[in-house]
Amino acid sequence: MGVFDPIIELSKGLGETLRSFLTEKTVTYQYPEEKRPVRPRFRGRHVLKRYDNGLEKCIGCSLCAAACPADAIFVEASENTDEKRFSPGERYASTYEINMLRCIYCGFCEDACPTEAVVLGDNYELSFTDRRDAIYNKEMLLEPVPTEQMLTPRKVEPGVFKRSVPAMQDPTD
Amino acid sequence: MDWTVWLEWFVKGLILCLILLTGFAYLTLYERRALARIQTRVGPNRVGPQGLLQPVAEAVKLIFKEELTPAKVYKVVFILAPVLTVVPSLIIAAVIPLGTSFNLFGRTVTLYVADLNVGVLYLTSIASIAVYGIVLAGWSSNNKYAMLGGIRSSAQMISYELSLGLCFVIAIIMGNSMNLNEIVNAQKDMWFAVIQPAGALVFMIVTLAEVNRAPFDMPEAEQELTAGYHAEYSGMKFALFFMAEYQKMIVISMIAATLFFGGYREFWFLKDTIFSVDRFWFLGPIYLLLKVVVLLFFMIWIRATWPRIRYDRLMAFGWKVLLPLSLVLAFVTAVGILLAQELNSPLIIWGIPAVSIACVLAAVAFIYRDLRRKSHGRV
Repeated sequence: MGVFDPIIELSKGLGETLRSFLTEKTVTYQYPEEKRPVRPRFRGRHVLKRYDNGLEKCIGCSLCAAACPADAIFVEASENTDEKRFSPGERYASTYEINMLRCIYCGFCEDACPTEAVVLGDNYELSFTDRRDAIYNKEMLLEPVPTEQMLTPRKVEPGVFKRSVPAMQDPTD
Repeated sequence: MDWTVWLEWFVKGLILCLILLTGFAYLTLYERRALARIQTRVGPNRVGPQGLLQPVAEAVKLIFKEELTPAKVYKVVFILAPVLTVVPSLIIAAVIPLGTSFNLFGRTVTLYVADLNVGVLYLTSIASIAVYGIVLAGWSSNNKYAMLGGIRSSAQMISYELSLGLCFVIAIIMGNSMNLNEIVNAQKDMWFAVIQPAGALVFMIVTLAEVNRAPFDMPEAEQELTAGYHAEYSGMKFALFFMAEYQKMIVISMIAATLFFGGYREFWFLKDTIFSVDRFWFLGPIYLLLKVVVLLFFMIWIRATWPRIRYDRLMAFGWKVLLPLSLVLAFVTAVGILLAQELNSPLIIWGIPAVSIACVLAAVAFIYRDLRRKSHGRV
């Protein structure tokens, strides 16, 4: 400890800030243009998934609605026919609504889903100007299809899609 | 008197006001960008290219903001206080020379509003008026935080004004005049900051306290006093306080540049080259602007670095360290110049920086001993 320590310490501080001013890169993301990639298991807005052939995974079982602690999900099921098939098996979700203002993004719906149809995606840009806009319906949640032919409902050969829940696999992530 | 003289004064005054107002607007942006850069952020860069229109957006916001007048304030004073704060910060710039002079339509136009022969005295008097607005704002708000802010502010500004006055005295002694123009011209051969670096240093510390900047921003002290004297103000009235604060920063930097850093003059070693203001008049304002920008950067830099000091230590620093130190510096300067004149040897002038730096180091040693004694006493 020297007598001139006050000066030395004060100038050290000044030097540190000047160094940061001159040399350090900014850590800011210029948000709307530049987005930070989300983590692999990030829980964002829900997506209703499809199989590779375009059929919806959701079978309208309402297990997600039952699991939801915030009571944000509402599902109504209807019967599939081979003329108008939405999903494999007997039934599909004719109404699927999630109230994004109630949702707490806990991911229980994801866990409850027997067909891995509802998945919390990586979209976090949710904003509404009206409470009614906060209710996302099936059209908004459903994954888009790559080609016209894969749209649901569609006509399929009878007797092919009998099983509503696919064979179980070990989780990969 | 000729009407054109009035016209000239009017136009010059208007231009000066506009310079200060734009300066205020862009100083806020400058400060935010520089602070952000120091803290490895970007700062406002959305409105306009590089955020250059941000001040405009802020101004629009502040003008259209709702203005609240609390029920139990002393209305007349409450409304008058922001005005009382802004006006001195504008008119104080009147005597500061911005450059030499140029010819326009056959008349010589000088680049200052008023050529006062007691310019330095004018500066000190206007600088002390500024405290009224703040203390009245604090008192009329009928709010204890605001009151405390106002009291702190007045105590602080009055205490530091003594040292400020003595720093003015140093410049007066060296310039042998109270006229700011003559002080600037006396720095043609050498800036006063080189002859009296300690004086310039003390001046800059004191001005930080005068304009309530960090680390002496006691009157505002967000953490303890919410916002200090302007806690009850909103909308445009708040904007006026904000404006006054930043204009004071600009003006005080201009004064510092004028008194110690050669004002609108070039570097002393450039005096006979084409970079001299005697060659091109328009270089004067440019040099002054550059100096002000650099001095303002120091203020921002210090704000980004040092924490606010405790109130009792602020007062102790002002009264026990800066006041004696500036007295000694004024004495040293006077004696040095007198000796140089009497013994007719200009080399003695260089004794001034040596002795004054020794004085500053002695002051630092004194502070160190005092702090050490205190910390040992506590254990």
